[in-house]
Amino acid sequence: MSFWIAQFLTGLASAASLFLVASGLSIIFGVTRVVNFAHGAFYMVGAYVAWSLTERLSGAFGWWGGVLLAAAAVAALGALAEILVLRRIYQAPELFQLLATFGLTLVAADLVVMLWGPDELVGRRAPGFTGSIALFDQMIPAWDLFLIALGPVALGLLWLLFNRTRFGVLVRAATQDREMAAALGVNEKWLFTGVFALGVFLAALAGALQLPRESVNHHMDLRIIVDAFVVVVIGGLGSITGAFVAALLVAQLNAFGILLFPKISLVIIFLVMAAVLAVRPWGLLGRPDVAQRPPAATSARPWRPLGGAGRLAMAALVLAAAALPFVSGDYLVIAATETLIFAILAVSLHVLLSVAGVASFGHAAFFGLGAYGVALAVKGLGLGMGAALALAPLVGLVGAGLFALAAARLSGVYLAMLTLAFAQILWSIAFQWVEVTGGDNGVLGLWPAGFAAQPAGFYWLTLGLAVLVIGVSRVIMFSPFGYGLRGARDEARRAASIGVSPGLMRWCAFAIAGTGAAVAGALFAFLKGSVFPDTLAIPVSVDSLVMVLLGGVQTTLGPLAGAVAYKALSIWLLSQTQWSKLALGLVILAVVLAFPRGLVGVVNQWRDRWLTQRRPGHGEPP
Amino acid sequence: MTAAMNAPPLLAATGLAKAWGGVRAVDDVSFSVAAGEIVALIGPNGAGKSTCFNLINGQLRPDAGRVLLSGRDITGAGPARAFRAGVGRTFQIAATFASMTVRENVQTALAAARGQIMRPWGAGRNIARDDAMRLLALAGMAGMTERPAAGLAYGDVKRLELAIALAGAPRLLLMDEPTAGMAPADRAALMRIAVAVARAQNIGVLFTEHDMDAVFAHADRILVLDRGRLIASGAPAEVRDSPAVRAAYLGDGVLFAATADDRRQ
Amino acid sequence: MAAQQLPSSPPTASEPAADGLCVDGLNAWYGQAQILHGVGLNVGPGEIVALLGRNGAGKTTTLRAIMGLVRRSARQLGFRGADIGPMPPFAIARRGLGYVPEDRRIFTDLTVDENLETGRQPPRPGAPQWTPERLFELFPNLGRMRDRPGGAMSGGEQQMLAIARTLMGNPHMVLLDEPAEGLAPRIVEDMAAALLALKREGLSLLVAEQNLNFARLLADRAHVLAGGESRFSGTMAELDADPDARDALLAV
Repeated sequence: MSFWIAQFLTGLASAASLFLVASGLSIIFGVTRVVNFAHGAFYMVGAYVAWSLTERLSGAFGWWGGVLLAAAAVAALGALAEILVLRRIYQAPELFQLLATFGLTLVAADLVVMLWGPDELVGRRAPGFTGSIALFDQMIPAWDLFLIALGPVALGLLWLLFNRTRFGVLVRAATQDREMAAALGVNEKWLFTGVFALGVFLAALAGALQLPRESVNHHMDLRIIVDAFVVVVIGGLGSITGAFVAALLVAQLNAFGILLFPKISLVIIFLVMAAVLAVRPWGLLGRPDVAQRPPAATSARPWRPLGGAGRLAMAALVLAAAALPFVSGDYLVIAATETLIFAILAVSLHVLLSVAGVASFGHAAFFGLGAYGVALAVKGLGLGMGAALALAPLVGLVGAGLFALAAARLSGVYLAMLTLAFAQILWSIAFQWVEVTGGDNGVLGLWPAGFAAQPAGFYWLTLGLAVLVIGVSRVIMFSPFGYGLRGARDEARRAASIGVSPGLMRWCAFAIAGTGAAVAGALFAFLKGSVFPDTLAIPVSVDSLVMVLLGGVQTTLGPLAGAVAYKALSIWLLSQTQWSKLALGLVILAVVLAFPRGLVGVVNQWRDRWLTQRRPGHGEPP
Repeated sequence: MTAAMNAPPLLAATGLAKAWGGVRAVDDVSFSVAAGEIVALIGPNGAGKSTCFNLINGQLRPDAGRVLLSGRDITGAGPARAFRAGVGRTFQIAATFASMTVRENVQTALAAARGQIMRPWGAGRNIARDDAMRLLALAGMAGMTERPAAGLAYGDVKRLELAIALAGAPRLLLMDEPTAGMAPADRAALMRIAVAVARAQNIGVLFTEHDMDAVFAHADRILVLDRGRLIASGAPAEVRDSPAVRAAYLGDGVLFAATADDRRQ
Repeated sequence: MAAQQLPSSPPTASEPAADGLCVDGLNAWYGQAQILHGVGLNVGPGEIVALLGRNGAGKTTTLRAIMGLVRRSARQLGFRGADIGPMPPFAIARRGLGYVPEDRRIFTDLTVDENLETGRQPPRPGAPQWTPERLFELFPNLGRMRDRPGGAMSGGEQQMLAIARTLMGNPHMVLLDEPAEGLAPRIVEDMAAALLALKREGLSLLVAEQNLNFARLLADRAHVLAGGESRFSGTMAELDADPDARDALLAV
């Protein structure tokens, strides 16, 4: 019994920091409508800065002062990031803000390693809270008791801030109705900056307060951000009380899940989140009136299938690609194979994101389904490469079809969050169902057979499938059904009133995208000869998103260009510098700020301008 | 309701009621629209026009009452089923597919109407090309079929929307404030096109409208709603002279009616 | 874009002084839909002007366009000597131009006191000064429910709160959108009395109104809109004498 109580107290202590991080995320979203992916990074940076300050400042005052100073300094950094980056892209579709904050995350990840080194750092204990206290026959760390008390105190202080200060009242007003607040003379710009800084302060404070509990390391950011997203979504975006309740729930699920259901401990919180969203699509205490932005993909420039010259150019490109193994070594061929695989992945996401206008943060789910589909077909069913490659896309299709059915009631950010949860559920299963998936050790020995055993052969196989998938996706895009998808995306009311069901269109888009992504995952399994839970992890989802946005979400060839540019760049950067994340993060920030239309979008813009200049008097109004 | 003895009217709404949190937005409203008849639904702000309209087009399910299209029950059927039953509609803020060309907009609607919209092969832009061009010519847009819909002036967006609504060969056309947001000169033109097509193809039209010029110039019959109730119904001349209607449009009337009448003399 | 333009300065209006509102050639759009086509009007200091027109004539859009809440362009958009055309809404509000929307847009989660706080701005020289206490004298009902959330108030109380909230910014002028809409007749009387009291304080008002009788109680002058265009500008007496303007307003 006493052991359970101790476990309960540990859960409460974890809930405090989770609540601080999640409430910051929630406040920022409530007012600015930005899903701040960088929130985990600010949490991590807060821990690192606090480590340095508490090492240098002496005495009890030094430690506590260092923690607060660290949070304030990181909050200032957050305000700077808001002014320099986010302020310029509030009008853009929400995916761009997510992408920008992801860029910030990458930059921060490498910067902390650069400044503090790759090793874990152990910080000083908090003066006055170094010992343990006997409680119910168990020794409870005094610091945990402090954190347990801190949770409700923080909730109370935030309540006072939001109910007893002018700033708080204005924030609540702007959360409900930004336009009316502006009409009353409230300067949104600075309110946003203030809110962002406050949210970052809370995250950094949570990070700093983790010093006595755990070592500081550069994986803290992703670990906390996923839990924080789950808390915010369960609690309801924008609700602080909701975040508090959900933080308690999630922390206790984490604490007891490992004891009660060790086999599924990682997956429990996502199952709970999915269950909550199924009953309350806007979270426990959230509101359904979250303002929707226009879909990212609606282009004022109608899509055209390639003309004769374009097709010839594409054929020439395919031929040139096919000739690659004759002129280069295996390393380049393998790198090119990987690039092609990610091109398939990006094109499949493009069907969902651009053609159907559905944002997904969890495309890794379908990629991983394909990869594990191959692994189980080969290892479990004893199938050969050909049969496994044929079976894997079906796994993706079924997975995507079931997911889309379950998510039918959701849309916007909540749907995107549920895709993330779905990918995390699959990741947890792959990680914990060791008997079938091999867990962290993965499934090994998936080698391609016959002609594809050589890098060149597998390259040609991949090229062939890439041409097939991309070709099929383009046929769909320009078919009557493609018009149905785009119609439902552009204007759901209109689509419904001509008998095209937006819900059905969305389901189909998921099914197609899931199938395509599974093809990529299957090829990836054979390329690497193995499958690990990584194929289902967040970086794969984010990479595919970055590739589509980088290429240009409003274009048809964007995902192809984006995948080639991004994958080639990241492979090259990895070989050139140990700071590839930093470089990539800066590239993403530059692209988001300078070319919000993506690479192909920029080319199109230049071409349009050139054409209108050649035909004076034919210009359209801007 | 006079036609009840013979074949059922094109549209028959009986006893429609809908409340929002205790407020009766639509309260026991009954009317009908015959094939080829142009009927306007008017009323001051908050009279329940939009709610009534959404009950007819199947978007909302009434608390009571039924909506019959040629005798077939389409009460709360949802937009897709209403469409298949023969209802075409335009929106108050025109809804077209901004990422497509003008012609592709109409082709999408034609593909949907002909059951081809789920076909994932073949070029969508070759579907029913001639019919699309014919519909666009009807809407007065023959010269701009290849333009991106996103770049159209709003008056043209409205005309495109009319062409889309007609692509399903509807028997009943619902138009929610067809001329809202248009330049004054374009308004009459749009209404003329809609009415001419409706008369030629024997389509029944029900429209809401703020622009009284459009209402009185084109409607065969006018229904007047006030606070959820049908307070008048009849030919334009009758409605114009109805004291109840004048009172509704002048506002509360209770308080200032006397002074107002004094000054009006 | 605008099809027709009205003469830019209506003959009956006094020339706008540097301390009034002067609008000329105002166009406004929702998305691609152009709602206003060259609207012109002006409001002098201490004046109540009615903006009349039927449902859908463009009254609400005119007020929103002046505040910068919709995409707009104008030949002239001047308030107290400053060009507010390029300003964002908050900057316009901070020059002393208040706005009370038709649907009130009370912050429903916030209490009466908190709603008032959102509108508070520093005292403005030359404009009437307001405190919550002074506003509760004007609207006694509000004073009895200072801790009640905005969402738990009746329509009439919300309307009073919306006006009071804007007055907390100590404005020179307020754009008021259909203040009597949806109110019980007795409350309409209270509202008219309160607005006249505001005028005596020296506040200028531009009141969008459908109810001619209500407008008549308040206004010195009227602008009439129809189809997003200006149709008439003049005193209330001149309006009564102008059959065309009355038709634009009243004919059903």
